[in-house]
This record gives sequence, structure tokens and C-alpha cells, in this order.
Amino acid sequence: MNELAITVIGPDRPGIVADVTEALARLGANLTDSTMTRLRGHFAMTLICVGPSGAEAEAALAPVVADGPLVATVRQVGTEATSTPFGEPYLMAVHGADRLGIVAALTRVLAEVGGNVTDLTTRLTGPLYVLLAEVELRPDAAEDVAGRLAEVAAGLDVEVTLRRADSDLL
Amino acid sequence: MAEVSGLGDWTLAALGDPGKLRPVVTAPAGVLSRAGDTVDPLDDDVVRLAADLVATMRVSPGCVGLAAPQVGVGARVFALDVTGHPKTVTSHGTFVLCNAEVVEASRWRPGREGCMSVPDLTGDVKRASRVVVRGVLPGTGTAVRLVTDGFEARALQHEIDHCAGRLFLDRVAGAHAVYQRKVYL
Repeated sequence: MNELAITVIGPDRPGIVADVTEALARLGANLTDSTMTRLRGHFAMTLICVGPSGAEAEAALAPVVADGPLVATVRQVGTEATSTPFGEPYLMAVHGADRLGIVAALTRVLAEVGGNVTDLTTRLTGPLYVLLAEVELRPDAAEDVAGRLAEVAAGLDVEVTLRRADSDLL
Repeated sequence: MAEVSGLGDWTLAALGDPGKLRPVVTAPAGVLSRAGDTVDPLDDDVVRLAADLVATMRVSPGCVGLAAPQVGVGARVFALDVTGHPKTVTSHGTFVLCNAEVVEASRWRPGREGCMSVPDLTGDVKRASRVVVRGVLPGTGTAVRLVTDGFEARALQHEIDHCAGRLFLDRVAGAHAVYQRKVYL
């Protein structure tokens, strides 16, 4: 079974999701995980689907992107990597005045202790920069990481909080 | 029968013999998305179901509540026990309620919750942290009014939702508010 990673990005308008997913559904491509969001007026889709070959998916998407400003990429990927959870979920929240390198500096702190970012969003609105990241961390590392993040954030003049994103089984 | 505030003198003894374990149903399963039937709390099958829910809840690690649809029965019955949970404020101990409904809800708070019937995901859901719930106790038929807060209030709303055919997925806070569950209990 082919597994494809597909991205589509272009100026936002109503109907992009319907157009792209309809073309893939007609081809028998089954969407598995996907994330789709609007980024500063561009609509960005990243999705994994299984079924057709890469060439078939490209051909199916060709009419959707042919006469418009949408750009699609299709790439064959290996079968799903099952990542073993090694840590616990934390949420890192950062906000402050925009400047170069905020994401790079703070995610480097996480990477240095083996922290794994599983979801991340940034938003720039006026002068305010906001970064939210879901991170898997070893619980014994969390305290040190929080301290190190605070140091780096102070150097960037932004605020950072790191807290457990714990969930309750009901 | 007059409505009683709290559980009164009801205990698990009202359910007779200890219940048997039933297999837990996971989504997608039709029974989880259908509103359960209103039940007769004195019916033998309902009392047996109540005992089985308690037994199954107790052997499931980390589980603080279990509703009939989660064992494949479309009925408005659930078991609950938040005793000892670190987030518990008020607790009514172990009990089972039939035909329960939330009659007052206030102090809404976000929280991340998971469910035995959706084992691989968690989601951010806003729930009232203070509720008044009405229901009927199995085995005795006593109508009760429970006032509670905090974690027990959240758990009650989750179970009453199950009885109405709703999962936490029906209430998540947004398109980015569902997460792969990373830590298995």
C-alpha cells in the first residue's frame, strides 16, 4: 500500500479543502492524519493518505492546481513510523515582542534534552509574537528545562511558561 | 418518592451480588453515539448492569467512571467513583445513577480528558466545575439530587454525555484540541 505525504498551499478561498479532498477521494486515496490551517492568508494543507501511487495523486491534483495559485507536492513516504512515547506531554507557551530567532532558540533548549515537539503553532499579530508547542519531555528533565527556557526567554525579552498538559481518564 | 439530597443510606449492597466484568466497547461503535433508553431502576437487568459497571470500572486502571453504552448497552446508567483522585474536591464515593440529568451547571473550566472508549486520543473540553445532578439509584429507586464540584462534576458530565450518546469528541474546544494520547495508564 502506497503512503503519500501531500502538501497544498495557496491564497485562501472557500472550497480549497473540498476541491483537494474530492480529487483524492475520487482516486480512492484514503486520508489518514492531516492538518489544515490558514497562515497569514495562505491556506496550508499537510496530509498523509494511502492508496494510489504518487504519480496518480499528482495527476488527480493537476486540475485543481492547473489554473490557480495553489501549489501541491506529493511525496511517497515510508509506512507509518510508530514512535514509542518516552515522556509526558507538556505545553510550552511563549509570547512577547516579535524578533528574529525566538522559535529557534527555544526549541533548541527542548532538543538539547531530547524533548520532542509534537505540535507547534506560531502567530504574529501586530508586534505580538505567540508560540504554542506541545512537547514530550522526560518528567525528570522538566524542571531543568523550565529553568533553561526562562533564561533563554529572558535573553529574548519574551515570556515563557512550561506546564504539564495532563489529561484525566474519565 | 420524594427526592433525597445526596446518596442517603444507599450503598453498593443495594445491587446484590458483586457484578461481573463486561468488555468495554470502543469508538467507532454505534451504541456510543445513540441516546440511551430511560430505565426502570428496580428492574433486575438494570440492577445487574449497575453491578457489572462498578465491577468493570474497578478493574480498569485509572478509570473513574463507566457508562452503560461503554459496555454495549444503550441505557441511561453509569457508575462513578472519583475517590482518591488528586483533582477531587467533593466526592460521593462509589455509586451508580440511572436516568441522570444535569439540572444546574456553572463555573465553566477547560480541561483535557480521555475516555476508555476512545483509547488513543485526548481532548480539551469545557465543563462546569459546579453542577447539580438529578437521578435515581438502582436497586432502591430513590430519586436523588447531588450537588458537587471539581473533578466529580467533570466526571458526572462525561458519563451523562455517554448516556445521551455523546463522546468528549462532540465537545472539543476546536480543530486543534484533540491530541494523540501519549501516556498509557
